[in-house]
Amino acid sequence: MSWAALIGLAAAAYLLKAAGPVLAGGREMGPRVDQVLALLSVPLLAALVAVQTLDGGERIVIDARVPALAVAGVLVWRRAPFLVVVLAAAATAALLRAAA
Amino acid sequence: MSDRRSITRDALAIGAATGAYGVSFGVLAVGAGLDVARACAMSLLVFTGASQFAVIGVLGGGGSVAAAMGPALLLASRNAAYGLSLVPILRGSRLSRALQAQLVIDESTAMARAQEDPGDARHAFLSTGLSVFVLWNAGTLVGALAGEGLGDPRDFGLDAMFPAAFLALLAPQLRQPGARQAAVAGVLIAVALLPLAPAGVPVMLAALGVVPGVLAARRAAA
Repeated sequence: MSWAALIGLAAAAYLLKAAGPVLAGGREMGPRVDQVLALLSVPLLAALVAVQTLDGGERIVIDARVPALAVAGVLVWRRAPFLVVVLAAAATAALLRAAA
Repeated sequence: MSDRRSITRDALAIGAATGAYGVSFGVLAVGAGLDVARACAMSLLVFTGASQFAVIGVLGGGGSVAAAMGPALLLASRNAAYGLSLVPILRGSRLSRALQAQLVIDESTAMARAQEDPGDARHAFLSTGLSVFVLWNAGTLVGALAGEGLGDPRDFGLDAMFPAAFLALLAPQLRQPGARQAAVAGVLIAVALLPLAPAGVPVMLAALGVVPGVLAARRAAA
């Protein structure tokens, strides 16, 4: 990979990140816009959870990540601390894989 | 969630997990033919993990640099939506916002949006963004120098850690009006597209889930 290609990719990635905060940031947006922006992260994060759990390279794969997420879901529902949730999920997946 | 110390602690934990993936990235980047300088420069300058893994995946599989750009940019495109969602949270001068923008990624957005108080949200964004930035780059350097033989992060269940973390950070956001509808729509869009669309597209288009969310919130308020 040439340095020019690497810098080009970095510039494009940065412009995507910066467009909102640089162009629209630092001013009051009004309650209706704020409501949309506050909700915008919700479907993205929900989709990210689903994709990171099921993604097998452009196909759906059910593996140790699924029971790990189920354990995390129960712990989140029981209001367990963040660290407990993520460590329990990792331990579940690691133990299931070690046993397999 | 309002205690700043607990936010910082969670931010460091997320940084540690991404740091372990940074090691994995460094190993794979060198394996795909990048030198140590380019592997490290990519983590410093591109700094969005999914896109970086996509690039070295294509290069490692014998693909051209041009073929690697499309998937990388598709995966990076969700950062534009994250940047928009952070507009009410990121403050400061234009220069300060331009610097903070490099830290706009999955983890920093999720942590910031999980906080109710705006000051906590800024603290969560910066502490998570910086923690991930430092440890992802340190991990990349270690992996690029060490090469093979450091073990697969999946053996430690680290790949299951990320969806669990995002679920935990999503949960407090589900209390706002319309959020449940938005979340369900986002999951349905992403899962339906996962077997059909190129990587990056399912999560990006899941942003459209905001539409049923806003409609439900406005119906509830009317």
